[in-house]
Amino acid sequence: MARIPSIIWAVALVVVLAALPAIVPRYWIYFAGILGINIIAVHGLNIMTGYTGLLSLGHAAFVGVGAYTVALAQSKLALPFYLAIPLAGLVAAIMGIGFGLPSLRIRGLYLVIATLAAQFLLNFVFVHWQSVTNGDAGLTVLPATIFGYPLNTETRVYYLILACDVALTLFAFNVIRSRVGRAFIAVRERDRTAEVLGVRIVWYKFVAFALGSFYAGVAGGLLAYFNQFVNPEQFGLVLSVFFLSAVIVGGMGSTLGAILGAVFMTLLPEFLRGGGLAIGTALGFDIAAILVPLRETVFGLLIVGFLILEPRGLAQLWKRAQQKFLTTPATIPITLIGKQGDNR
Amino acid sequence: MNPIMVFAEYSAVGIAAGGIYALIALGTVVIFKSSQTFNFAMGEMMMLSAYFFYTAAVIFDFGLLPGFILALVGSIAVALLIERFALRPMLGRPFIAIVMVTFGIGSIIRGVVSMVWGPTDLQSPAILARTPVMIGSLFIPGKTARAFAVAVVIVGGLIAFLRYSRAGIALRAAAADQITAYSMGIDVRRVIAFTWVIAAITGCISGVLMANVNSLTPNLGLVALNVLSVIILGGMNSIGGVLVAGLIIGWLESVTGFLLGTEFREITPYVLALLILLVRPTGLFGTAEIERI
Repeated sequence: MARIPSIIWAVALVVVLAALPAIVPRYWIYFAGILGINIIAVHGLNIMTGYTGLLSLGHAAFVGVGAYTVALAQSKLALPFYLAIPLAGLVAAIMGIGFGLPSLRIRGLYLVIATLAAQFLLNFVFVHWQSVTNGDAGLTVLPATIFGYPLNTETRVYYLILACDVALTLFAFNVIRSRVGRAFIAVRERDRTAEVLGVRIVWYKFVAFALGSFYAGVAGGLLAYFNQFVNPEQFGLVLSVFFLSAVIVGGMGSTLGAILGAVFMTLLPEFLRGGGLAIGTALGFDIAAILVPLRETVFGLLIVGFLILEPRGLAQLWKRAQQKFLTTPATIPITLIGKQGDNR
Repeated sequence: MNPIMVFAEYSAVGIAAGGIYALIALGTVVIFKSSQTFNFAMGEMMMLSAYFFYTAAVIFDFGLLPGFILALVGSIAVALLIERFALRPMLGRPFIAIVMVTFGIGSIIRGVVSMVWGPTDLQSPAILARTPVMIGSLFIPGKTARAFAVAVVIVGGLIAFLRYSRAGIALRAAAADQITAYSMGIDVRRVIAFTWVIAAITGCISGVLMANVNSLTPNLGLVALNVLSVIILGGMNSIGGVLVAGLIIGWLESVTGFLLGTEFREITPYVLALLILLVRPTGLFGTAEIERI
């Protein structure tokens, strides 16, 4: 069986996604929009954590920076969305560099602590800088307009999100295939060797961190336009854990993995709710009360389970399934050898 | 009351609260020293212990001391299970993978506790007297002062134990050079398991104290994230450093609350952590093990 080139699959997928609002109910479109935003944020974290090995526990806060940037750029500077969204990315990147700079020079735990500090400090600013962020009440965001045409329904913003998703996925994919992407992987795998080979590791860590935060900022900007409001509660530590789980479950260091992880993690709470409610009604037990902690438990189990059992995540499972179904018999022994090598 | 006295009182209360920080930090540092594993689940282990104590002492009504002993046994069992089934398979894997595993474990414990015991505040049994302690004319709330006394005694005891006992020397040998320690007949795997037992003990005591001073909720463990700055200030791998650093951070938190307003308390540890990273990443007492690149 001849393999269909993956580019055809990708184009077909985009066509289906573009036609989606005509096919499925409105609730699904809301869902697809959130999913698209999550994919962008997870791409960002995947560039930092997956490819370059820089663990961030503050990704949600940088998404928040992007969202607040859009809200403020709109109300104070009256910027249109095509300027506000890149600005959101830039501001988040600058913030990311600010927090990352002192610890990017040191190996190990220090960056983790700095990003955790970013998570709490930025959230503190969102809550307590009343005059700018309006505290817990948050800010409302007006719909983006394009040539006087307002993107005021979920379906319309959905297309904006879809366009950003396609562009940023392609960009991530190509960055990783370039010299920069190979440098990221070299920094993650063997930083000293990379240095000896002439890869300026501090510079590339810097680039990875800025790029990852930029993605987070863009995701936040889109989220602001999508929800049409911004408040601090959206960007807590739980969301950072969510992004981290998505990167791990999808497969660290795989662009396909980032997408699979985001899809899986976005759908999971819905399945938990659906399944939980069904089981709950069957047993006469109120499961709605424990849904939030149940979700937290399952996120944790997925993180631990995937890290121990399948560190390369869903992307690897996908690849294996593909090999199983799409390879000709002659190549099977090779895959078997590959499988044994995968045991670690 | 003049402002200087108020300041002194806030200082005393803060230092008293710092005792528990030192206790929590000690458990984390010991694990870090033996296996370079940073345990983000420390706060959740502590919180879980407090729930164990509550269950044994209040729900099953075994009394305070038996309840505490049961909680201790339960905490040690949980710590050993975590070490054996979540961390040992990760030996030799990248540092950040291990950190993420402990983070995931924290998330699991938090979720399970909310499901089992519910998300609401529970009132832990009073083990510490409420009568305030007066130092001169300084007034310190009774529970905080007594929790401090207990914490400092335990931290002091453990530091001495790790310094002079065979187990403590084995721990330091394993921390200094794992392979040499192994070849000298030290069972490094047992040393690592032993550090998890120590963490369980400090976690259990600090959890019970903490639940007594504040109330018992599944978010009790988040306090341990503040302790990160204690660990950095003390210097990641310095056992003695945690005591000094714990008291300093406790003091700073309280004083910031007094000078700038209570909402600033929660971010003090993080601001401080960033400053330490900027100025002196080795902390006060850490050896220069950090690697600049």
